[in-house]
Amino acid sequence: MAFHPCRYIVLLMNVSLFLWVPLATALFLLLIRNIQLVRVVALVGSVIQAFLCIFLYFMYLNERARIGDAFMYFEQQFNWFPSLGISYHVGVDGISIAMMLLTSFVVIAGVLMSWRVEKMTREFFFLLILLSLGAYGFFLSLDLFLLFFFLEVAVIPKYLLIGIWGSGNRKHSANKLALMLMMGSALILVGILGLYFLSGKPGFDITQLKATDVPEKVQQVCFPLLFIGFGVFTALFPFHTWVPDGHSSAPTAGSMFLAGISMKLGGYGCLRVACFLLPLGAKAFAEPIIILSTIAIIYGAFATMMQKDLKYLNAYSSISHCGFVLLGLGMLTQTAYTGAVLQMVSHGLMTALFFAVIGMIYERTHTRNISEMGGLLKVMPMASVLLIIVGMCSLGLPGLSGFVAEMTIFTGAWQNNAILPRVATVLACMSIVVTAVYILRAVGTVVMGPLKDKYQSLRDMVWYEKGAAFVLLLGILIMGVAPGWLVALIKPATQLIMQKIQQP
Amino acid sequence: MSLEYLILLKAELQICLLIFFLLLLKITRTIPNEKLLPLIQLLLLANFVGGCFYNQSGDLFDGMFVSNKLIHLQKHILSLAVYLISLLFSGWFRRCLHLTEFFVLMLSALLGMYFLLSSGNLLIFYLSLELATIPIAAMANFELTRKRSAEAAMKLISSAAFSSGILLFGISLIYGTTGSIRFPEIPLLLDGSALQVMAFVFLVTAFAFKLSIVPFHLWTADVYEGSPAAVTAFLSVVSKGVIAFAFLTFLYKVFQPFNSIWYHILMLLSILTIVAGNLFALRQQNMKRFLAFSSIAQVGFIVVAMMGKSVESITAITYFVLIYVFSNLAAFGVMEIVAQHTGNENRNALKGLYKSNPLLSWVLALAMFSLAGIPPTAGFFGKLILITAGASTASYGFIIFVALNLVVSLYYYLLVVKNIFMDDAIEPLEKIPISGSAKLGLVVCAAGILLVGIFSWIYDYIAEQV
Repeated sequence: MAFHPCRYIVLLMNVSLFLWVPLATALFLLLIRNIQLVRVVALVGSVIQAFLCIFLYFMYLNERARIGDAFMYFEQQFNWFPSLGISYHVGVDGISIAMMLLTSFVVIAGVLMSWRVEKMTREFFFLLILLSLGAYGFFLSLDLFLLFFFLEVAVIPKYLLIGIWGSGNRKHSANKLALMLMMGSALILVGILGLYFLSGKPGFDITQLKATDVPEKVQQVCFPLLFIGFGVFTALFPFHTWVPDGHSSAPTAGSMFLAGISMKLGGYGCLRVACFLLPLGAKAFAEPIIILSTIAIIYGAFATMMQKDLKYLNAYSSISHCGFVLLGLGMLTQTAYTGAVLQMVSHGLMTALFFAVIGMIYERTHTRNISEMGGLLKVMPMASVLLIIVGMCSLGLPGLSGFVAEMTIFTGAWQNNAILPRVATVLACMSIVVTAVYILRAVGTVVMGPLKDKYQSLRDMVWYEKGAAFVLLLGILIMGVAPGWLVALIKPATQLIMQKIQQP
Repeated sequence: MSLEYLILLKAELQICLLIFFLLLLKITRTIPNEKLLPLIQLLLLANFVGGCFYNQSGDLFDGMFVSNKLIHLQKHILSLAVYLISLLFSGWFRRCLHLTEFFVLMLSALLGMYFLLSSGNLLIFYLSLELATIPIAAMANFELTRKRSAEAAMKLISSAAFSSGILLFGISLIYGTTGSIRFPEIPLLLDGSALQVMAFVFLVTAFAFKLSIVPFHLWTADVYEGSPAAVTAFLSVVSKGVIAFAFLTFLYKVFQPFNSIWYHILMLLSILTIVAGNLFALRQQNMKRFLAFSSIAQVGFIVVAMMGKSVESITAITYFVLIYVFSNLAAFGVMEIVAQHTGNENRNALKGLYKSNPLLSWVLALAMFSLAGIPPTAGFFGKLILITAGASTASYGFIIFVALNLVVSLYYYLLVVKNIFMDDAIEPLEKIPISGSAKLGLVVCAAGILLVGIFSWIYDYIAEQV
């Protein structure tokens, strides 16, 4: 009954708004002279986008109540290149909405954390908003060409963000990132073209492809191409080498976005394009996927233990956590798929917060080296507590989002009772211990212990840092304490995907 | 000659009028370059606009001259390119000693290219190809005091002459074995004998030379480096564009029965071209040589598209040439402005450009992104549509190879972007003064790069004409 008045507003729900708002923000930014106004506009734009996402969530519930189960809601389709079968086809389902909520929160936090960027501020915020536009478009697209378009739109902003505003070996890292991500895109392109020409009916449309039965031989070739291509974005072993340098050399907001959202582009792509459209391929290649993702989880965890630099620690830890996503995708059960999406959302929020806190610490201590820090709890209590919270989330403490996601993945993985998946599940569970080791050791060294003299005069968090942390922490806590609404959001979509996979 | 004939020849007559007008102007009065250049730009703009109206299809002179909608569109793209060249290189043009002669030569080459596009038999084809090449050799030598220019011109004319000789041999063999020189009749008379295949290979060789396909590309880098930038731009954009169009007509209309033969030839040539273009471009420090090898790699992608089915390939290549006009001219324009100002043609001159010259930096960055194939620039759509057209008949391995080469090409385009945005200047660069017409040219190119891709009605418009 509370949604009655919304029934009329639902007719106005135009998902293209999610593309117009960031685009308008970005273009408007370029015209403003006053730098402070630039920051405010960027913040306002991202906050508006977040409210739109929340609004979309309620509209989605309404629409679901109205028309029941459907593949996609609020679809829009316009002809783009009709002779090639390319159309501007957008729409949302539960998974898209979850990812868009994640993106909007991370972007707000990123904009806030970059408040004090002095060098070429306007271009920085322009590139950041452009990056978010690429992410939103990617999650909305229902046409493979459009999906690829938005995936590629994001590459150059990342390159410029790392190369211009980064630290350390930034030019090398930026190059490595751009080239490896393009390599992934190249493989995705070949997979998409394979689907276009060989799926029976030439077209790039996902709804059309989902209805066709792609021949098995085609699936056997296109699935690895697509999965590996998207896997490069999600740090599939052995294509993960861009992650440590890329994340560590990036500016804080860049790292937050890269680890928080960009790696999820790959996971979403694997789910929506590779597993969904090519179910026979997903089943045929489930075992290699499980093996590679388990290696990523364990190798990532052990490599993290060796890291002395906080950012590198978080980067390798991201490899490990994103391995969980792909592990869930390889298990081929409904719960595992739901868990994979949950892990995408949870890890996105968590790693963004982690990078934000690291950014705060680095700005004050001018070092990311763990052994050089200590006793920060005395001078920066708020930031230190945040570090502890995010560390707990990373190792899966109940009450925070990490536990929800990992628990779901493990439950789903256990349901698959073949030998290899069982062994993989056990190994992955054991990696949690390794996670605990490195988190507790790193966080403990940084936060507790004797305080060095040079750090006596450090200030605690400033207003924009508090804002960024609040936004992300809100997401983590809501997801950790009351994940029901999120699971209810994701489940119907994964149910549909599982139906297609279990069909023949 | 009735009015109908004149209208069919409209584009060519416009160019002839321009040439005669410029010659008369030169003979009767002396006008300083500052006044002459805007006049020429205006005339070229009028030529471009005039190409929009009264386009008719038909045959002339018993099939020697052919005109249809697609040919009109292709000529239109070339006239746009020439107009943009006159805008972008105004700095050099103002200092040029023999401005009228330069444009007379350029317009003569353009006239030859128009006839090349409209040719209906092998004789007029050869004649117009010669008319399209020889003036460029004279233009290449236009910086009379530089030794490099003379070297470039010599290399161009001697290798062009040699390839013309081979082309003539091929043409004579075709005539000898089929008994006809007319394009509509030749495919009906081909019987696949060894002599005909050899003649076909000679003809492909001539095209490959003009298009700088590996291994016939050895003239490209030195000629591009030695010629003045306006000539390099003309060579790389207009000349390549017209030869690509002519090659298409050749493959899909005249030598259609040899489809299975030229498919494999093209596959081999495209692999060689893309690899050689990419590998050599990685090492280049001189900006013009860098753009030379990058255009070789682009041509490799065009050859990939030629392997597909006729309708999609022709549409894809015409669309790509339009986008290539904008991207490449923007790149040449900015690089020439920087090189003229700093006196340094090396890529190092671009370091730290962003701090003092944001407009130039963004235009060059956009051009690089477009050449690399990054959305939302038009180059992304162009490259993708090229690969889609070529992929319809190709194998997985070949397409994976082509796609991975996109990554390699991205690397060297990003080197330029890195120089502009991330490196610090060797000597402090002040703001470079750009003339109004150059600015207009840069803005038009940038607008073209940004808009031609997303506004897809251009692609559909081209598809309709085919």
